[in-house]
Amino acid sequence: MREGDPFIRWDWLIDHVDDVWGYTVEHIWLSAIAVMVGFAISFALSLVIVRSPRAYTPITAATGILYTIPSLALFAILVPITGFSVLTAEIALVSYTLLILIRNIVAGLAAVPADVREAADGMGYARWHRLWRVELPLAVPVIIAGLRIATITTIGLVTVSALIGQGGLGRLIEDGLRRFFPTMYVTGAVLSVLLAILADAAFVWLQRRSTPWTRARTETA
Amino acid sequence: MGFLTDLAGWFADPANWQGNDAIPGRILEHIQISLAAVIAAVVLAMPVGLLIGHTGRGSFVAISLANIGRAVPSYAVLVILFPLSIVFARLTGSDLALLATFLAMVLLAIPPIVTNTFIGLREVDRDLVEAARGMGMHGSQVLGRVEIPIALPVILAGLRTASVQVVATATLGAVIGGGGLGRYIVQGIARRDDARLVAGALMVALLAIATELLFAWLQRRSVSPGLAARGAPGEAAAGGTAAGPVGAPAA
Repeated sequence: MREGDPFIRWDWLIDHVDDVWGYTVEHIWLSAIAVMVGFAISFALSLVIVRSPRAYTPITAATGILYTIPSLALFAILVPITGFSVLTAEIALVSYTLLILIRNIVAGLAAVPADVREAADGMGYARWHRLWRVELPLAVPVIIAGLRIATITTIGLVTVSALIGQGGLGRLIEDGLRRFFPTMYVTGAVLSVLLAILADAAFVWLQRRSTPWTRARTETA
Repeated sequence: MGFLTDLAGWFADPANWQGNDAIPGRILEHIQISLAAVIAAVVLAMPVGLLIGHTGRGSFVAISLANIGRAVPSYAVLVILFPLSIVFARLTGSDLALLATFLAMVLLAIPPIVTNTFIGLREVDRDLVEAARGMGMHGSQVLGRVEIPIALPVILAGLRTASVQVVATATLGAVIGGGGLGRYIVQGIARRDDARLVAGALMVALLAIATELLFAWLQRRSVSPGLAARGAPGEAAAGGTAAGPVGAPAA
């Protein structure tokens, strides 16, 4: 920032709308890929846990350790293996979604009332059929709650991945800090927060839509 | 295994044990600022959580804080606060990055502490509170002798989330010029020095995991002896907060 420049230079922003939009789209993609891959892995691991509940403790302990490692450190540890690449960013981002998603998928399934299971058994559902047609639909609110937290977390962490050369809106922060240009880093930070808030709102809406039966009774969060 | 040799070489290098970037100094710095932030957050947040939890009034504050705390990314908070520390540095001539980092750490540590303190108190069996009142205890006695001891594991779970978050944020503080173990990572990236980068990252990771384990241990120890026998109420909620089975994310 040169002496005398205003704190936010709106003219710069107007000139660079296309760039900012490009970073925003990149940010959304990096987040979406991480959450989708994370969900696929978590779903598979949750099925393992459903089959053999003893797997729950080791799986959550391992993903819990990953979850505890600060993001910058996890990105950094991967650099010698996968370099300053999208892969490095995605491996770390996916790692952070696992604990959240697995805990919520398993908790959602565990919360299905025993009566409902018995009724399904009585109707002749086979085990996996029952899981797919009865238990999973009932677990949807809790699973979406997990997706919501995982998505918001990921959107925040994508900005950090700019430090290893990725990062969507994080690139604006990275460049802006290097050039002492507040317009850039404040824009990057504010937009990443807005993105998280929008995603949060989208999930609240999705949660209502996907569970029409809850509206008939009480509004559950 | 060339890289592991480099890494071992980095830790063995006497240059990394002296001067500004001495390993023990950086570790100490990291722990100091984290501890200061957690203490400040406890001083600010704990009374609020206790008040809301004890009276049951204003619970929306705890719930909203939980949601906000979850949605706001720590790096963004750090960056948004950064200009503040530039102004502060110009006014006082003191350390540039410290204020933003410290403020961000405190802000991010507040929500899990308020929320878990609130939930911990609310989860205390109402019958026990009634019994305490029946025995003639007044408000602060009920809080100090019944509610807090029973809620302690859940309160500590909040402190655990907050502390791990704070250790992570302190690492990011190095990006805007702060000290601590994040410095090695930032320098490692700038100099393309993988050994330094990974050495820093490993120390940060170990510090975060140690923090987590310390609180997990404290949490287990803190279950009131009278309750330990009949299954702790804290176990179910340990590590979790209001809106679901998983608590606030690390940075």
